[in-house]
Amino acid sequence: MTDSTKMVGDHATVDGVIHCEQLTKRYPGDILAVDRLDLVVRRGEIFGLLGPNGAGKTTTVGMLTTLVIPTGGKAIVAGIDVVAHPALAKQVIGVVTQTNNLDRALTVWENLYYHGRFFGMSAKAARAAADELLVQFRLANRAKASVMDLSGGMAKRLMVARALMHHPSVLFLDEPTAGLDPQSRIALWEILRELHTHGQTILMTTHYMEEADSLCDRLAIMDHGHVLVIDTPKALKESVSADSIVTVSAAGDLDAFARVLQERVEGVTKSQRIASTVQLHVKGTNGVLPKVFAVAEQAGFNVTDLSVAEPTLETVFINLTGKDLRE
Amino acid sequence: MTSTTSTTPSNLTGSTRSAAAASLTAFKALLLRDLAVLEKNLGVFVARTLVQPFLLVFVFLYVFPKIGQGVGGGQGVSGESAFATVLVAGVVGLSIMFQGIQAVALPLANEFGYTKEIEDRVLAPLPVSLVAIGKVVAGAIQGLIAAVIVFPIAWVIHAKEIQVHLSVHWPILLTLIPIACIMTSSLGLVLGTRISPRNISVMFGFIVLPMTFLGGTYYPWTTLSAVKVGGFPWLQALVLINPLIYVTEGFRAALTTAGHMHLYVIYPVLLALCVLFLWAGIVGFRKRVLN
Repeated sequence: MTDSTKMVGDHATVDGVIHCEQLTKRYPGDILAVDRLDLVVRRGEIFGLLGPNGAGKTTTVGMLTTLVIPTGGKAIVAGIDVVAHPALAKQVIGVVTQTNNLDRALTVWENLYYHGRFFGMSAKAARAAADELLVQFRLANRAKASVMDLSGGMAKRLMVARALMHHPSVLFLDEPTAGLDPQSRIALWEILRELHTHGQTILMTTHYMEEADSLCDRLAIMDHGHVLVIDTPKALKESVSADSIVTVSAAGDLDAFARVLQERVEGVTKSQRIASTVQLHVKGTNGVLPKVFAVAEQAGFNVTDLSVAEPTLETVFINLTGKDLRE
Repeated sequence: MTSTTSTTPSNLTGSTRSAAAASLTAFKALLLRDLAVLEKNLGVFVARTLVQPFLLVFVFLYVFPKIGQGVGGGQGVSGESAFATVLVAGVVGLSIMFQGIQAVALPLANEFGYTKEIEDRVLAPLPVSLVAIGKVVAGAIQGLIAAVIVFPIAWVIHAKEIQVHLSVHWPILLTLIPIACIMTSSLGLVLGTRISPRNISVMFGFIVLPMTFLGGTYYPWTTLSAVKVGGFPWLQALVLINPLIYVTEGFRAALTTAGHMHLYVIYPVLLALCVLFLWAGIVGFRKRVLN
């Protein structure tokens, strides 16, 4: 992580592997999925696109991977204009989609082999690379199995391996760990970290804050087709003007309780109801908890639980995108 | 996880192959993939190719004469032999058409609808239209193989007294087979890209079945002139919208001395249908794949 931070420092513009300028996608029916997006992803970094459903993440990845045709703006990947030269651009990208799109007519090994052949590898080179990747991704004992017999985690690992067959400049991952069990998720994270240490540029979308926090060098939080903020996870967390987040569980009118706490407790910069709790952003934690109890008692609220935590990405995310359900 | 990924940074601007070279290699590899899958499923492929023609020929040319069921206008053995001759051309044409549907339309409908597995091939470094054309070429190759497999059946299976009078016109046969194969697998591309997997049964009921029965499989098109309303041979006119009629009539011209639709009509129409279906299929393919 520190290496790449150093690397991206001065040469940010030189090392940009992905450039989006005013990238826009308007679907028929006047649905603006992505609205004038500007984005630079630097060489060697793991870049995360975060956002609620319908924020435009998958459409953005679709445009960068030639499958969605932008209605405006520009997208350059590894120096190639994706819109003008899709066939050329496909040579330098590797794509792992959200759904399992492995070739069901082929075995595990053949999925890698033929993918390599599509990308111009000789039979010998494709064979060697397929063998090697299967070992690396711990799928060697499944080489001859049908891809339909793989578990979700194995299928996802195979998809990542397949995307790496042709050494792409950028690896795109759309919700890579969605639906995986914890072990498979951790295994995939290890794989991505390993790729990162070898300098692989990765652009991923995710819903999981923990994943974004621990894997990504930088994050863009998107909503309604716009990028709201781009920064490192650390800087994003620091951007919340609070040293800690106090979560108070209580019964009664929590919206009213939130207002009371904001007015009467010193150091509260923000107060909002989230589900059946009130969340307080607090600057300077000293003496806050007794104060919360005191205020609650005065106002007639019965506090059932109280916890203090550091701001997380989720705090940042909810702050920026709101807490309303998106469907 | 060790070495392969370490070479990644070398693949940056400038190290790409030309689009044309990459496309050609990718196109060949796509065909290679389709043929490998065909080879894997060769047994099923052969069985599925044989079953329909076998049943047709068995029932019409073996069972019917044995049980004295009249075919061929009820003129006894000579009528039955004439019908056998008609049927051979029809069966070959029908088999090729079914390959177009089974080799292209059915897999595509699934790959687009449920599994999205076409995506990896669409992301291969070649224009999307070439992926679609690759599907047609692979389908046409299967049609060719099917034609070769089906011929002997029609020749061999029939009751003793029946005689199939074939007289092969090689120039017609050798040009017609590839054109018919490309036309029907292009039609498969059109159907596969326009029909959702949910509606496959609808496709069989409303497209494949009518095409089969009104495609000149069991009768020469020329004889349909006898079906008239007010002096107008309406059926003969109606079936002209059926692409299969040109294939079966073509095979009648290629394999028999019987009357058939004029070759000046068959060839231009088949070629026009190739272009039309290929175009419509590529448009449909791009629409399904790209947003």
